[in-house]
Amino acid sequence: MNAAIDPAEPEIVLDAAGLSVAYGKVTALRDVSLKVRKGEIVTVIGPNGAGKTTLLSALIGLLPVRGELVYLGERQGPGRSVEKLVRQGMTLVPEKRELFAEMSVEDNLLMGAFDRYRAGHRDELETMDQVFDIFPRLRERRQQMAGTLSGGERQMLAMGRALMAKPKLLLLDEPSLGLAPLIIKEIFRTVARLRKTGVAILLVEQNARAALQVADYGYVLETGDLSLAGPSRDLANDPRVIESYLGLGGRG
Amino acid sequence: MELQIALLLGQDGITNGAIYALLALALVLVFAVTRVIFIPQGEFVAFGALTLASLQAGKLPGTVWLLLCLGAAIAVLESLRAARERCFRQIPLILLINCAAPLLLAGVLVAFSPATLPLPVQVLLALMLVVPLGPMIYRLAYQPVADLTVLALLIVSVAVHVTLVGIGLLFFGAEGSRTPAFTDASFEIGDTVLQGQTILVLVASALLIVALYLFFERTIYGKALRATAMNRTGARLMGISGTLAGQLSFTLAAAIGALSGILISPLTTIYYDSGFLIGLKGFVGAIIGGLASYPVAAAGAVLVGLLESYSSFWASAFKEVIVFTLIIPVLLWRSLKTRHVEAE
Repeated sequence: MNAAIDPAEPEIVLDAAGLSVAYGKVTALRDVSLKVRKGEIVTVIGPNGAGKTTLLSALIGLLPVRGELVYLGERQGPGRSVEKLVRQGMTLVPEKRELFAEMSVEDNLLMGAFDRYRAGHRDELETMDQVFDIFPRLRERRQQMAGTLSGGERQMLAMGRALMAKPKLLLLDEPSLGLAPLIIKEIFRTVARLRKTGVAILLVEQNARAALQVADYGYVLETGDLSLAGPSRDLANDPRVIESYLGLGGRG
Repeated sequence: MELQIALLLGQDGITNGAIYALLALALVLVFAVTRVIFIPQGEFVAFGALTLASLQAGKLPGTVWLLLCLGAAIAVLESLRAARERCFRQIPLILLINCAAPLLLAGVLVAFSPATLPLPVQVLLALMLVVPLGPMIYRLAYQPVADLTVLALLIVSVAVHVTLVGIGLLFFGAEGSRTPAFTDASFEIGDTVLQGQTILVLVASALLIVALYLFFERTIYGKALRATAMNRTGARLMGISGTLAGQLSFTLAAAIGALSGILISPLTTIYYDSGFLIGLKGFVGAIIGGLASYPVAAAGAVLVGLLESYSSFWASAFKEVIVFTLIIPVLLWRSLKTRHVEAE
Protein backbone atom coordinates (compact mmCIF):
# COMPACT_ATOMS: atom_id res chain seq x y z
CA MET A 1 0.00 0.00 0.00
CA ASN A 2 2.90 2.33 0.59
CA ALA A 3 4.50 1.73 -2.77
CA ALA A 4 3.69 5.26 -3.83
CA ILE A 5 6.00 6.92 -1.32
CA ASP A 6 8.79 8.61 -3.16
CA PRO A 7 11.77 8.90 -0.79
CA ALA A 8 13.14 11.88 -2.72
CA GLU A 9 10.07 13.98 -1.93
CA PRO A 10 8.92 13.01 1.53
CA GLU A 11 7.23 16.32 2.15
CA ILE A 12 4.49 15.85 -0.45
CA VAL A 13 1.12 15.94 1.28
CA LEU A 14 -1.12 15.45 -1.71
CA ASP A 15 -0.18 13.96 -5.04
CA ALA A 16 -2.94 13.70 -7.61
CA ALA A 17 -2.25 12.24 -11.03
CA GLY A 18 -4.67 12.04 -13.92
CA LEU A 19 -7.81 12.82 -11.93
CA SER A 20 -11.09 12.75 -13.82
CA VAL A 21 -14.55 13.44 -12.47
CA ALA A 22 -17.79 12.98 -14.36
CA TYR A 23 -21.38 13.86 -13.49
CA GLY A 24 -23.12 11.14 -15.42
CA LYS A 25 -21.88 11.57 -18.98
CA VAL A 26 -20.66 15.12 -18.48
CA THR A 27 -16.96 15.26 -17.70
CA ALA A 28 -16.26 18.03 -15.21
CA LEU A 29 -12.54 17.39 -14.72
CA ARG A 30 -10.15 15.80 -17.21
CA ASP A 31 -6.77 14.36 -16.39
CA VAL A 32 -5.85 16.84 -13.66
CA SER A 33 -2.51 16.35 -11.92
CA LEU A 34 -1.24 18.45 -9.06
CA LYS A 35 0.99 18.31 -6.01
CA VAL A 36 0.81 20.07 -2.64
CA ARG A 37 3.77 20.05 -0.26
CA LYS A 38 3.94 20.62 3.48
CA GLY A 39 3.85 24.30 4.47
CA GLU A 40 3.09 25.31 0.91
CA ILE A 41 0.18 27.31 -0.47
CA VAL A 42 -0.92 26.07 -3.85
CA THR A 43 -3.66 27.85 -5.72
CA VAL A 44 -5.94 26.77 -8.53
CA ILE A 45 -7.37 29.76 -10.35
CA GLY A 46 -9.91 29.79 -13.10
CA PRO A 47 -13.24 31.22 -14.20
CA ASN A 48 -16.72 30.25 -13.08
CA GLY A 49 -17.64 26.71 -14.07
CA ALA A 50 -14.06 25.60 -14.71
CA GLY A 51 -14.45 22.75 -12.21
CA LYS A 52 -12.67 24.27 -9.21
CA THR A 53 -15.29 23.30 -6.65
CA THR A 54 -15.62 19.90 -8.31
CA LEU A 55 -11.88 19.39 -7.85
CA LEU A 56 -12.04 20.07 -4.11
CA SER A 57 -15.22 18.03 -3.64
CA ALA A 58 -13.51 15.14 -5.40
CA LEU A 59 -10.33 15.44 -3.34
CA ILE A 60 -12.19 15.34 0.00
CA GLY A 61 -14.21 12.32 -1.15
CA LEU A 62 -17.63 13.90 -1.70
CA LEU A 63 -17.42 12.84 -5.36
CA PRO A 64 -16.00 9.65 -6.86
CA VAL A 65 -12.86 10.10 -8.96
CA ARG A 66 -10.84 8.16 -11.47
CA GLY A 67 -7.08 8.46 -11.46
CA GLU A 68 -4.39 8.15 -8.87
CA LEU A 69 -4.62 9.94 -5.55
CA VAL A 70 -1.89 9.72 -2.94
CA TYR A 71 -2.51 11.47 0.38
CA LEU A 72 0.22 11.49 3.06
CA GLY A 73 2.03 8.76 1.18
CA GLU A 74 -1.00 6.50 1.11
CA ARG A 75 -2.66 5.53 -2.12
CA GLN A 76 -6.43 6.09 -1.83
CA GLY A 77 -8.35 2.92 -2.59
CA PRO A 78 -11.99 1.91 -2.78
CA GLY A 79 -12.55 2.54 0.94
CA ARG A 80 -11.88 6.27 0.50
CA SER A 81 -14.47 8.38 2.30
CA VAL A 82 -14.89 11.90 3.64
CA GLU A 83 -14.83 10.56 7.19
CA LYS A 84 -11.53 8.71 6.70
CA LEU A 85 -9.85 11.68 5.03
CA VAL A 86 -11.05 14.01 7.79
CA ARG A 87 -9.61 11.57 10.33
CA GLN A 88 -6.30 11.80 8.44
CA GLY A 89 -6.25 15.59 8.64
CA MET A 90 -7.77 16.74 5.36
CA THR A 91 -10.30 19.52 5.85
CA LEU A 92 -12.43 21.44 3.38
CA VAL A 93 -13.75 24.97 3.88
CA PRO A 94 -16.61 24.85 1.38
CA GLU A 95 -17.66 27.67 -0.88
CA LYS A 96 -21.05 27.89 0.83
CA ARG A 97 -19.41 27.84 4.30
CA GLU A 98 -21.98 25.21 5.45
CA LEU A 99 -22.08 26.60 8.99
CA PHE A 100 -24.48 25.41 11.68
CA ALA A 101 -26.68 28.51 11.63
CA GLU A 102 -28.63 27.92 14.82
CA MET A 103 -25.58 27.11 16.91
CA SER A 104 -23.28 29.56 18.64
CA VAL A 105 -19.87 30.47 17.22
CA GLU A 106 -18.29 28.44 20.03
CA ASP A 107 -20.35 25.34 19.25
CA ASN A 108 -19.59 25.65 15.55
CA LEU A 109 -15.90 25.65 16.39
CA LEU A 110 -16.39 22.72 18.76
CA MET A 111 -17.92 20.72 15.91
CA GLY A 112 -14.71 21.31 13.98
CA ALA A 113 -12.92 19.34 16.69
CA PHE A 114 -15.56 16.59 16.73
CA ASP A 115 -13.46 14.04 14.92
CA ARG A 116 -10.40 14.71 17.07
CA TYR A 117 -12.59 14.37 20.17
CA ARG A 118 -13.91 11.09 18.86
CA ALA A 119 -10.37 9.88 18.25
CA GLY A 120 -9.58 10.51 21.90
CA HIS A 121 -8.00 13.98 21.88
CA ARG A 122 -9.20 16.37 24.57
CA ASP A 123 -7.44 19.59 23.53
CA GLU A 124 -10.42 21.33 21.91
CA LEU A 125 -10.43 24.29 24.35
CA GLU A 126 -6.74 25.00 23.75
CA THR A 127 -7.24 24.77 20.00
CA MET A 128 -10.23 27.07 20.26
CA ASP A 129 -8.05 29.62 22.04
CA GLN A 130 -5.52 29.43 19.22
CA VAL A 131 -8.30 29.92 16.66
CA PHE A 132 -9.54 32.94 18.62
CA ASP A 133 -6.02 34.34 18.47
CA ILE A 134 -6.06 33.98 14.69
CA PHE A 135 -9.57 35.45 14.37
CA PRO A 136 -10.07 37.82 17.35
CA ARG A 137 -13.44 38.85 15.93
CA LEU A 138 -14.75 35.35 16.61
CA ARG A 139 -13.80 35.66 20.28
CA GLU A 140 -16.00 38.76 20.56
CA ARG A 141 -18.87 36.91 18.92
CA ARG A 142 -18.41 33.56 20.64
CA GLN A 143 -21.95 33.39 22.10
CA GLN A 144 -23.65 34.69 18.97
CA MET A 145 -25.57 32.37 16.63
CA ALA A 146 -23.62 31.64 13.45
CA GLY A 147 -26.64 32.61 11.33
CA THR A 148 -26.46 36.20 12.59
CA LEU A 149 -22.83 36.81 11.57
CA SER A 150 -21.76 39.05 8.70
CA GLY A 151 -20.33 37.54 5.51
CA GLY A 152 -16.72 38.13 6.53
CA GLU A 153 -17.30 36.71 9.99
CA ARG A 154 -18.94 33.66 8.49
CA GLN A 155 -15.90 33.01 6.34
CA MET A 156 -13.67 33.43 9.40
CA LEU A 157 -15.86 31.01 11.32
CA ALA A 158 -15.77 28.47 8.49
CA MET A 159 -11.97 28.70 8.41
CA GLY A 160 -11.69 28.65 12.19
CA ARG A 161 -13.93 25.60 12.36
CA ALA A 162 -11.69 23.85 9.83
CA LEU A 163 -8.58 24.77 11.84
CA MET A 164 -10.14 23.18 14.94
CA ALA A 165 -9.42 19.85 13.26
CA LYS A 166 -5.68 20.73 13.24
CA PRO A 167 -5.53 19.88 9.53
CA LYS A 168 -2.49 18.71 7.62
CA LEU A 169 -4.10 19.74 4.35
CA LEU A 170 -6.55 22.62 4.24
CA LEU A 171 -8.71 22.93 1.15
CA LEU A 172 -10.11 26.45 0.74
CA ASP A 173 -12.93 26.96 -1.75
CA GLU A 174 -13.29 30.61 -2.86
CA PRO A 175 -12.76 32.27 0.53
CA SER A 176 -13.16 35.69 -1.13
CA LEU A 177 -16.60 34.94 -2.54
CA GLY A 178 -19.09 37.71 -1.83
CA LEU A 179 -16.84 39.63 0.54
CA ALA A 180 -15.85 43.29 0.62
CA PRO A 181 -12.28 44.09 -0.60
CA LEU A 182 -11.04 44.99 2.89
CA ILE A 183 -12.30 41.73 4.34
CA ILE A 184 -10.76 39.79 1.45
CA LYS A 185 -7.42 41.37 2.27
CA GLU A 186 -7.78 40.33 5.90
CA ILE A 187 -8.73 36.77 4.98
CA PHE A 188 -5.79 36.38 2.61
CA ARG A 189 -3.38 37.83 5.18
CA THR A 190 -4.59 35.11 7.53
CA VAL A 191 -4.12 32.45 4.86
CA ALA A 192 -0.53 33.62 4.37
CA ARG A 193 0.09 33.47 8.13
CA LEU A 194 -1.27 29.94 8.35
CA ARG A 195 1.63 28.74 6.21
CA LYS A 196 3.92 29.16 9.25
CA THR A 197 1.94 26.54 11.15
CA GLY A 198 3.15 23.96 8.62
CA VAL A 199 -0.27 23.20 7.18
CA ALA A 200 -0.44 22.61 3.43
CA ILE A 201 -3.07 24.74 1.74
CA LEU A 202 -4.84 24.19 -1.55
CA LEU A 203 -6.62 27.42 -2.39
CA VAL A 204 -9.18 27.56 -5.14
CA GLU A 205 -10.00 31.09 -6.27
CA GLN A 206 -11.64 33.20 -8.91
CA ASN A 207 -9.87 36.23 -7.48
CA ALA A 208 -6.62 35.39 -9.27
CA ARG A 209 -4.75 38.48 -8.20
CA ALA A 210 -5.24 37.92 -4.48
CA ALA A 211 -4.64 34.17 -4.78
CA LEU A 212 -1.38 34.48 -6.73
CA GLN A 213 -0.11 37.02 -4.21
CA VAL A 214 -0.24 34.58 -1.28
CA ALA A 215 0.43 31.32 -3.11
CA ASP A 216 3.80 29.66 -3.80
CA TYR A 217 2.63 27.71 -6.79
CA GLY A 218 -0.35 28.03 -9.07
CA TYR A 219 -2.41 26.15 -11.60
CA VAL A 220 -4.92 27.54 -14.07
CA LEU A 221 -8.05 25.45 -14.56
CA GLU A 222 -10.18 26.03 -17.64
CA THR A 223 -13.30 23.99 -18.49
CA GLY A 224 -12.05 20.93 -16.68
CA ASP A 225 -8.43 21.00 -17.88
CA LEU A 226 -5.29 22.38 -16.27
CA SER A 227 -4.01 24.79 -18.91
CA LEU A 228 -1.05 26.37 -17.11
CA ALA A 229 1.10 25.67 -14.08
CA GLY A 230 4.07 27.29 -12.43
CA PRO A 231 5.39 29.26 -9.47
CA SER A 232 2.81 31.95 -8.75
CA ARG A 233 5.26 34.80 -9.41
CA ASP A 234 5.77 33.46 -12.94
CA LEU A 235 2.06 32.97 -13.45
CA ALA A 236 1.34 36.50 -12.31
CA ASN A 237 3.71 37.73 -15.01
CA ASP A 238 2.50 35.37 -17.70
CA PRO A 239 0.80 37.41 -20.45
CA ARG A 240 -1.92 34.79 -20.90
CA VAL A 241 -2.81 34.95 -17.23
CA ILE A 242 -2.63 38.74 -17.19
CA GLU A 243 -4.94 39.00 -20.14
CA SER A 244 -7.54 36.50 -18.96
CA TYR A 245 -7.48 36.83 -15.21
CA LEU A 246 -5.65 39.89 -14.01
CA GLY A 247 -6.99 42.44 -16.48
CA LEU A 248 -5.32 45.60 -17.75
CA GLY A 249 -3.83 46.48 -14.40
CA GLY A 250 -1.29 43.68 -14.73
CA ARG A 251 0.26 43.03 -11.35
CA GLY A 252 -0.90 46.38 -10.04
CA MET B 1 -69.13 16.02 34.59
CA GLU B 2 -68.09 16.00 38.20
CA LEU B 3 -64.84 17.56 39.23
CA GLN B 4 -63.59 14.23 40.50
CA ILE B 5 -64.12 12.52 37.17
CA ALA B 6 -62.57 15.46 35.37
CA LEU B 7 -59.47 15.22 37.55
CA LEU B 8 -59.28 11.48 37.02
CA LEU B 9 -59.50 11.87 33.27
CA GLY B 10 -56.97 14.68 33.37
CA GLN B 11 -54.57 12.50 35.34
CA ASP B 12 -55.02 9.72 32.82
CA GLY B 13 -54.60 12.10 29.90
CA ILE B 14 -51.42 13.64 31.23
CA THR B 15 -49.90 10.22 31.97
CA ASN B 16 -50.55 9.02 28.45
CA GLY B 17 -49.58 12.43 27.12
CA ALA B 18 -46.19 12.16 28.82
CA ILE B 19 -45.53 8.90 26.99
CA TYR B 20 -46.74 10.36 23.70
CA ALA B 21 -44.46 13.33 24.34
CA LEU B 22 -41.43 11.06 24.69
CA LEU B 23 -42.32 9.29 21.46
CA ALA B 24 -42.94 12.62 19.71
CA LEU B 25 -39.47 13.80 20.75
CA ALA B 26 -37.92 10.60 19.38
CA LEU B 27 -39.81 11.01 16.10
CA VAL B 28 -38.68 14.62 15.71
CA LEU B 29 -35.11 13.63 16.51
CA VAL B 30 -35.01 10.78 14.00
CA PHE B 31 -36.65 12.86 11.29
CA ALA B 32 -34.42 15.90 11.82
CA VAL B 33 -31.23 13.86 11.72
CA THR B 34 -32.01 11.18 9.12
CA ARG B 35 -35.19 12.43 7.33
CA VAL B 36 -36.79 9.09 8.26
CA ILE B 37 -40.40 9.16 9.45
CA PHE B 38 -39.94 6.45 12.02
CA ILE B 39 -43.22 4.52 11.93
CA PRO B 40 -41.66 1.50 13.73
CA GLN B 41 -41.17 3.73 16.80
CA GLY B 42 -44.29 2.15 18.34
CA GLU B 43 -42.92 -1.37 17.89
CA PHE B 44 -40.13 -0.51 20.31
CA VAL B 45 -42.80 0.41 22.87
CA ALA B 46 -44.48 -2.97 22.42
CA PHE B 47 -41.18 -4.88 22.34
CA GLY B 48 -39.97 -3.13 25.50
CA ALA B 49 -43.15 -3.93 27.39
CA LEU B 50 -43.49 -7.50 26.11
CA THR B 51 -39.81 -8.31 26.63
CA LEU B 52 -40.09 -7.23 30.25
CA ALA B 53 -43.30 -9.26 30.62
CA SER B 54 -41.59 -12.36 29.17
CA LEU B 55 -38.65 -11.96 31.51
CA GLN B 56 -41.00 -11.67 34.47
CA ALA B 57 -42.95 -14.72 33.33
CA GLY B 58 -39.73 -16.71 33.26
CA LYS B 59 -39.79 -17.12 29.48
CA LEU B 60 -36.96 -16.43 27.10
CA PRO B 61 -38.11 -13.30 25.24
CA GLY B 62 -38.31 -13.68 21.47
CA THR B 63 -36.38 -10.46 21.04
CA VAL B 64 -33.24 -12.49 21.88
CA TRP B 65 -33.59 -14.35 18.58
CA LEU B 66 -34.18 -11.13 16.70
CA LEU B 67 -31.06 -9.63 18.28
CA LEU B 68 -28.98 -12.70 17.35
CA CYS B 69 -30.28 -12.81 13.76
CA LEU B 70 -29.84 -9.10 13.06
CA GLY B 71 -26.39 -9.22 14.67
CA ALA B 72 -25.36 -12.13 12.45
CA ALA B 73 -26.67 -10.39 9.31
CA ILE B 74 -24.77 -7.21 10.15
CA ALA B 75 -21.61 -9.17 10.94
CA VAL B 76 -21.74 -10.76 7.47
CA LEU B 77 -22.38 -7.44 5.69
CA GLU B 78 -19.74 -5.52 7.62
CA SER B 79 -17.13 -8.26 7.23
CA LEU B 80 -17.70 -8.31 3.48
CA ARG B 81 -17.30 -4.54 3.37
CA ALA B 82 -14.12 -4.69 5.43
CA ALA B 83 -12.74 -7.39 3.13
CA ARG B 84 -13.58 -5.33 0.06
CA GLU B 85 -11.74 -2.37 1.54
CA ARG B 86 -8.90 -4.65 2.63
CA CYS B 87 -9.30 -3.63 6.28
CA PHE B 88 -9.09 -7.15 7.66
CA ARG B 89 -8.12 -5.91 11.12
CA GLN B 90 -11.66 -4.61 11.63
CA ILE B 91 -13.24 -8.06 11.33
CA PRO B 92 -12.62 -9.32 14.90
CA LEU B 93 -14.23 -6.18 16.35
CA ILE B 94 -17.21 -6.55 14.00
CA LEU B 95 -17.73 -10.12 15.15
CA LEU B 96 -17.30 -9.16 18.80
CA ILE B 97 -19.92 -6.42 18.71
CA ASN B 98 -22.51 -8.07 16.49
CA CYS B 99 -22.21 -11.75 17.38
CA ALA B 100 -20.34 -12.25 20.64
CA ALA B 101 -22.15 -9.55 22.63
CA PRO B 102 -25.69 -10.75 21.78
CA LEU B 103 -24.62 -14.35 22.43
CA LEU B 104 -23.24 -13.34 25.80
CA LEU B 105 -26.52 -11.60 26.66
CA ALA B 106 -28.49 -14.68 25.58
CA GLY B 107 -26.17 -16.80 27.73
CA VAL B 108 -26.83 -14.61 30.75
CA LEU B 109 -30.60 -14.93 30.22
CA VAL B 110 -30.38 -18.72 30.05
CA ALA B 111 -27.95 -19.07 32.96
CA PHE B 112 -29.79 -16.88 35.44
CA SER B 113 -33.55 -17.15 35.61
CA PRO B 114 -34.56 -13.54 35.08
CA ALA B 115 -37.96 -14.03 36.76
CA THR B 116 -36.30 -14.19 40.16
CA LEU B 117 -34.09 -11.15 39.65
CA PRO B 118 -35.02 -7.76 41.16
CA LEU B 119 -37.12 -5.42 38.98
CA PRO B 120 -34.38 -2.89 38.12
CA VAL B 121 -32.21 -5.73 36.76
CA GLN B 122 -35.12 -7.05 34.71
CA VAL B 123 -35.70 -3.58 33.29
CA LEU B 124 -32.03 -3.27 32.47
CA LEU B 125 -32.00 -6.66 30.72
CA ALA B 126 -35.10 -5.74 28.73
CA LEU B 127 -33.44 -2.51 27.62
CA MET B 128 -30.24 -4.34 26.67
CA LEU B 129 -32.32 -6.67 24.51
CA VAL B 130 -34.46 -4.06 22.77
CA VAL B 131 -32.33 -0.91 22.46
CA PRO B 132 -29.58 -2.43 20.21
CA LEU B 133 -32.33 -3.35 17.74
CA GLY B 134 -32.60 0.38 16.91
CA PRO B 135 -29.12 0.90 15.43
CA MET B 136 -29.22 -2.62 13.95
CA ILE B 137 -32.41 -1.87 12.04
CA TYR B 138 -30.86 1.41 10.92
CA ARG B 139 -27.80 -0.46 9.63
CA LEU B 140 -29.81 -3.07 7.73
CA ALA B 141 -32.85 -1.19 6.47
CA TYR B 142 -31.97 2.50 6.29
CA GLN B 143 -28.21 2.96 5.95
CA PRO B 144 -27.98 1.39 2.46
CA VAL B 145 -30.68 3.79 1.21
CA ALA B 146 -29.91 6.79 3.42
CA ASP B 147 -29.67 9.20 0.47
CA LEU B 148 -33.11 8.44 -0.94
CA THR B 149 -36.03 10.85 -0.81
CA VAL B 150 -38.19 11.31 2.29
CA LEU B 151 -41.00 9.46 0.54
CA ALA B 152 -38.83 6.44 -0.26
CA LEU B 153 -37.57 6.36 3.32
CA LEU B 154 -41.19 6.47 4.49
CA ILE B 155 -41.93 3.40 2.40
CA VAL B 156 -38.94 1.63 3.98
CA SER B 157 -40.41 2.60 7.36
CA VAL B 158 -43.77 1.06 6.45
CA ALA B 159 -41.99 -2.15 5.44
CA VAL B 160 -39.98 -2.25 8.66
CA HIS B 161 -43.13 -1.58 10.68
CA VAL B 162 -45.12 -4.40 9.04
CA THR B 163 -42.18 -6.78 9.43
CA LEU B 164 -41.70 -5.96 13.10
CA VAL B 165 -45.42 -6.37 13.88
CA GLY B 166 -45.32 -9.78 12.21
CA ILE B 167 -42.22 -10.75 14.16
CA GLY B 168 -43.92 -9.49 17.33
CA LEU B 169 -46.88 -11.82 16.74
CA LEU B 170 -44.49 -14.71 16.14
CA PHE B 171 -42.44 -14.06 19.28
CA PHE B 172 -44.99 -12.91 21.80
CA GLY B 173 -48.21 -14.45 20.48
CA ALA B 174 -51.60 -12.79 20.21
CA GLU B 175 -52.04 -12.63 23.99
CA GLY B 176 -51.57 -9.31 25.68
CA SER B 177 -49.39 -8.83 28.73
CA ARG B 178 -49.50 -6.51 31.65
CA THR B 179 -46.62 -6.23 34.09
CA PRO B 180 -47.19 -5.63 37.81
CA ALA B 181 -46.94 -2.02 38.99
CA PHE B 182 -43.47 -0.80 39.90
CA THR B 183 -44.88 0.64 43.09
CA ASP B 184 -48.09 0.09 45.06
CA ALA B 185 -47.95 3.52 46.67
CA SER B 186 -50.91 5.81 46.17
CA PHE B 187 -51.67 9.26 47.43
CA GLU B 188 -54.98 10.90 48.26
CA ILE B 189 -55.34 14.50 47.31
CA GLY B 190 -58.77 15.71 48.31
CA ASP B 191 -61.16 13.24 46.74
CA THR B 192 -58.83 11.91 44.08
CA VAL B 193 -56.40 9.06 44.41
CA LEU B 194 -53.06 9.48 42.71
CA GLN B 195 -51.48 6.18 41.72
CA GLY B 196 -47.77 5.72 42.40
CA GLN B 197 -47.26 4.33 38.90
CA THR B 198 -48.77 7.51 37.40
CA ILE B 199 -46.35 9.66 39.32
CA LEU B 200 -43.52 7.35 38.30
CA VAL B 201 -44.42 7.74 34.62
CA LEU B 202 -44.55 11.53 34.93
CA VAL B 203 -41.30 11.81 36.87
CA ALA B 204 -39.48 9.37 34.57
CA SER B 205 -40.71 11.22 31.47
CA ALA B 206 -39.68 14.56 32.90
CA LEU B 207 -36.25 13.22 33.83
CA LEU B 208 -35.81 11.71 30.40
CA ILE B 209 -36.75 14.99 28.73
CA VAL B 210 -34.26 16.87 30.93
CA ALA B 211 -31.60 14.26 30.14
CA LEU B 212 -32.27 14.64 26.40
CA TYR B 213 -32.06 18.42 26.72
CA LEU B 214 -28.72 18.18 28.52
CA PHE B 215 -27.47 15.67 25.95
CA PHE B 216 -28.26 18.02 23.07
CA GLU B 217 -27.07 21.21 24.76
CA ARG B 218 -24.05 20.09 26.73
CA THR B 219 -22.39 17.07 25.11
CA ILE B 220 -20.33 17.06 21.94
CA TYR B 221 -22.23 14.04 20.56
CA GLY B 222 -25.57 15.74 21.19
CA LYS B 223 -24.33 18.86 19.45
CA ALA B 224 -23.09 16.72 16.56
CA LEU B 225 -26.63 15.35 16.11
CA ARG B 226 -28.03 18.88 16.09
CA ALA B 227 -25.33 19.92 13.63
CA THR B 228 -26.31 17.05 11.31
CA ALA B 229 -29.95 18.10 11.50
CA MET B 230 -29.00 21.70 10.61
CA ASN B 231 -26.50 21.06 7.85
CA ARG B 232 -25.78 17.56 6.62
CA THR B 233 -22.90 18.51 4.33
CA GLY B 234 -21.30 20.74 6.94
CA ALA B 235 -21.50 17.95 9.51
CA ARG B 236 -20.01 15.41 7.11
CA LEU B 237 -17.06 17.70 6.47
CA MET B 238 -16.45 17.73 10.25
CA GLY B 239 -16.24 13.94 10.19
CA ILE B 240 -19.77 13.48 11.58
CA SER B 241 -20.90 10.83 9.14
CA GLY B 242 -24.53 10.26 8.32
CA THR B 243 -24.06 6.68 9.48
CA LEU B 244 -22.84 7.72 12.93
CA ALA B 245 -25.62 10.28 13.32
CA GLY B 246 -28.21 7.80 12.07
CA GLN B 247 -27.14 5.02 14.41
CA LEU B 248 -26.97 7.42 17.35
CA SER B 249 -30.44 8.82 16.72
CA PHE B 250 -31.92 5.35 16.20
CA THR B 251 -30.31 4.19 19.45
CA LEU B 252 -31.91 7.09 21.29
CA ALA B 253 -35.27 6.48 19.61
CA ALA B 254 -35.15 2.77 20.48
CA ALA B 255 -34.22 3.56 24.08
CA ILE B 256 -37.05 6.10 24.40
CA GLY B 257 -39.51 3.66 22.84
CA ALA B 258 -38.49 0.70 25.01
CA LEU B 259 -38.51 2.80 28.19
CA SER B 260 -41.96 4.16 27.31
CA GLY B 261 -43.22 0.62 26.87
CA ILE B 262 -41.75 -0.46 30.18
CA LEU B 263 -43.29 2.56 31.92
CA ILE B 264 -46.83 2.05 30.63
CA SER B 265 -46.98 -1.74 30.72
CA PRO B 266 -48.33 -1.71 34.31
CA LEU B 267 -51.04 0.78 33.30
CA THR B 268 -52.45 -0.90 30.22
CA THR B 269 -52.38 -4.28 28.56
CA ILE B 270 -49.89 -4.31 25.68
CA TYR B 271 -50.36 -6.58 22.67
CA TYR B 272 -47.85 -7.29 19.93
CA ASP B 273 -49.49 -4.63 17.76
CA SER B 274 -50.34 -2.05 20.43
CA GLY B 275 -47.27 -0.02 19.64
CA PHE B 276 -48.56 1.25 16.33
CA LEU B 277 -51.47 3.27 17.76
CA ILE B 278 -49.34 4.57 20.64
CA GLY B 279 -46.60 5.61 18.23
CA LEU B 280 -49.13 7.20 15.91
CA LYS B 281 -50.41 9.40 18.74
CA GLY B 282 -46.85 10.49 19.39
CA PHE B 283 -46.67 11.18 15.67
CA VAL B 284 -49.70 13.49 15.87
CA GLY B 285 -47.83 15.41 18.58
CA ALA B 286 -44.72 15.53 16.40
CA ILE B 287 -46.80 16.85 13.48
CA ILE B 288 -48.17 19.62 15.69
CA GLY B 289 -44.52 20.58 16.20
CA GLY B 290 -43.98 20.43 12.44
CA LEU B 291 -41.53 17.50 12.91
CA ALA B 292 -39.03 20.20 13.83
CA SER B 293 -39.80 21.83 17.18
CA TYR B 294 -39.14 19.70 20.26
CA PRO B 295 -41.10 21.80 22.79
CA VAL B 296 -44.15 22.21 20.52
CA ALA B 297 -44.08 18.48 19.72
CA ALA B 298 -44.03 17.59 23.43
CA ALA B 299 -46.84 20.04 24.23
CA GLY B 300 -48.83 18.75 21.27
CA ALA B 301 -48.40 15.19 22.49
CA VAL B 302 -49.73 16.09 25.95
CA LEU B 303 -52.69 17.75 24.23
CA VAL B 304 -53.27 14.51 22.32
CA GLY B 305 -53.25 12.58 25.61
CA LEU B 306 -55.78 14.91 27.23
CA LEU B 307 -58.01 14.96 24.16
CA GLU B 308 -57.96 11.17 24.05
CA SER B 309 -58.81 10.86 27.70
CA TYR B 310 -61.74 13.30 27.69
CA SER B 311 -63.14 12.05 24.41
CA SER B 312 -63.12 8.50 25.78
CA PHE B 313 -65.53 9.77 28.44
CA TRP B 314 -67.90 11.69 26.18
CA ALA B 315 -67.72 9.67 22.98
CA SER B 316 -65.70 6.58 23.69
CA ALA B 317 -66.60 4.97 20.36
CA PHE B 318 -65.01 7.90 18.53
CA LYS B 319 -61.98 8.27 20.79
CA GLU B 320 -59.38 7.42 18.14
CA VAL B 321 -61.27 9.26 15.42
CA ILE B 322 -61.28 12.47 17.43
CA VAL B 323 -57.57 12.20 18.23
CA PHE B 324 -56.50 11.58 14.65
CA THR B 325 -58.92 14.17 13.24
CA LEU B 326 -56.89 16.69 15.21
CA ILE B 327 -54.23 16.31 12.54
CA ILE B 328 -56.43 17.92 9.87
CA PRO B 329 -56.77 21.42 11.39
CA VAL B 330 -53.10 21.25 12.37
CA LEU B 331 -52.00 20.44 8.82
CA LEU B 332 -54.33 23.11 7.47
CA TRP B 333 -52.89 25.69 9.84
CA ARG B 334 -49.34 24.58 9.03
CA SER B 335 -49.83 24.76 5.28
CA LEU B 336 -51.41 28.20 5.51
CA LYS B 337 -48.54 29.38 7.66
CA THR B 338 -45.94 27.96 5.26
CA ARG B 339 -47.47 29.68 2.27
CA HIS B 340 -47.32 32.92 4.17
CA VAL B 341 -43.57 32.48 4.74
CA GLU B 342 -42.97 31.68 1.09
CA ALA B 343 -44.86 34.78 0.03
CA GLU B 344 -42.53 37.01 2.00
